[in-house]
Amino acid sequence: MMEFLARLFGRVETETSRECAKNRLRLVLVQDRATLSPQVMEQLKSELIEVISRYLDIDEGDMRVELDTSDSSVALVASIPVKEVKRESAGAF
Amino acid sequence: MSGTAIVVTSGKGGVGKTTAAANIGAGLAMSGPSVALVDADIGLRNLDLVLGLENRIVYDLVNVVEGACDVQKALIRHKHIDNLSLLPAAQSRDKSAVTPDQMKALTLSLKESFDFVILDCPAGIEQGFKNAISGADRAIVVTTPEMSAVRDADRIIGMLESEQVRDPWLIVNRIRPDMVKRHDMMNVDDLIEFLKVELLGVVPDDESIIISTNRGVPAVMEERSRAGQAFRDIAARIMGNDVPIAAMLEPDDWLGRFAKWLGISRG
Ligand SMILES: Nc1ncnc2c1ncn2[C@@H]1O[C@H](COP(=O)(O)OP(=O)(O)O)[C@@H](O)[C@H]1O
Ligand SMILES: [Mg+2]
Repeated sequence: MMEFLARLFGRVETETSRECAKNRLRLVLVQDRATLSPQVMEQLKSELIEVISRYLDIDEGDMRVELDTSDSSVALVASIPVKEVKRESAGAF
Repeated sequence: MSGTAIVVTSGKGGVGKTTAAANIGAGLAMSGPSVALVDADIGLRNLDLVLGLENRIVYDLVNVVEGACDVQKALIRHKHIDNLSLLPAAQSRDKSAVTPDQMKALTLSLKESFDFVILDCPAGIEQGFKNAISGADRAIVVTTPEMSAVRDADRIIGMLESEQVRDPWLIVNRIRPDMVKRHDMMNVDDLIEFLKVELLGVVPDDESIIISTNRGVPAVMEERSRAGQAFRDIAARIMGNDVPIAAMLEPDDWLGRFAKWLGISRG
């Protein structure tokens, strides 16, 4: 009853179920769309390896690359163990 | 002749694919072109029921694909609409009985003798879906204004794109104008904003769909059915006619009908 009165006098802004659905759906779709097919993911990985190994000696076996969608945004998270910094990379500038 | 093959799909089950396929097929045929309806939901055949043709099935799609019978022999002509034919699904087999290449060949051969080939796709994103879309020139994605249906539609639209079936059309089915009006249902613009595809039509939630399915007479054949009118409009749009969409979005309550009877439109 109080809520009804409050609404009547425009005190509280209650979210309609339509708005609620839209807000939830917006987040879900951002996450759903943030997937790469396994083939594309593999390609991305191997190209990353190619570029990075020009500068660093990396451990490909323990490398992890994934899309993180735990927040309302999407991030590419890569964890790439480095075995050694190549001598020519360290000194070059 | 080379007709156009259109697959009716959705991702989620129970949103109205079979209903839409039957009514679009019948609607197109009623306005002239020849139409073959293909039930690609192997193992869960239903299109025959909506069309009232369940008692006439002798051969099915799997028989044709396996070469056991000629496609012309398996096609069932509709009782009242001469230029509408149905190729029923097999009921005692499953999706793996057919490959995408076989479906593609079948669709191509039907396109040689029909103006439109309408394929009723099974739910899901696995083999049945891949089969159904393999020979399609265009796709119609059916959704309801509910979150789970929209989410699945979004996936399907992405998959259609990666399978090279471009520019899908959207049908929003089972809209309830009264709920939209009180902001308890997402409206058509909301769905378009999310899915970013071309709107082909809006079909109201309507008892006449259940009644006409009970009778085995597609709603498009019922002059007074609101959903039937929506599907007639959709068929006209597929044929390239410019038919406005707005009419379905007014609540069908007594006040609305009274206003219509008086010839006033509510703002
Ligand atoms: N516009 C509508 N109004 C009322 N009932 C509908 C409407 N569209 C579909 N239905 C009902 O919803 C159910 C599922 O429809 P169906 O076409 O079989 O979905 P699908 O093929 O996507 O699984 C059926 O019982 C059908 O009668
Ligand atoms: Mg179905």
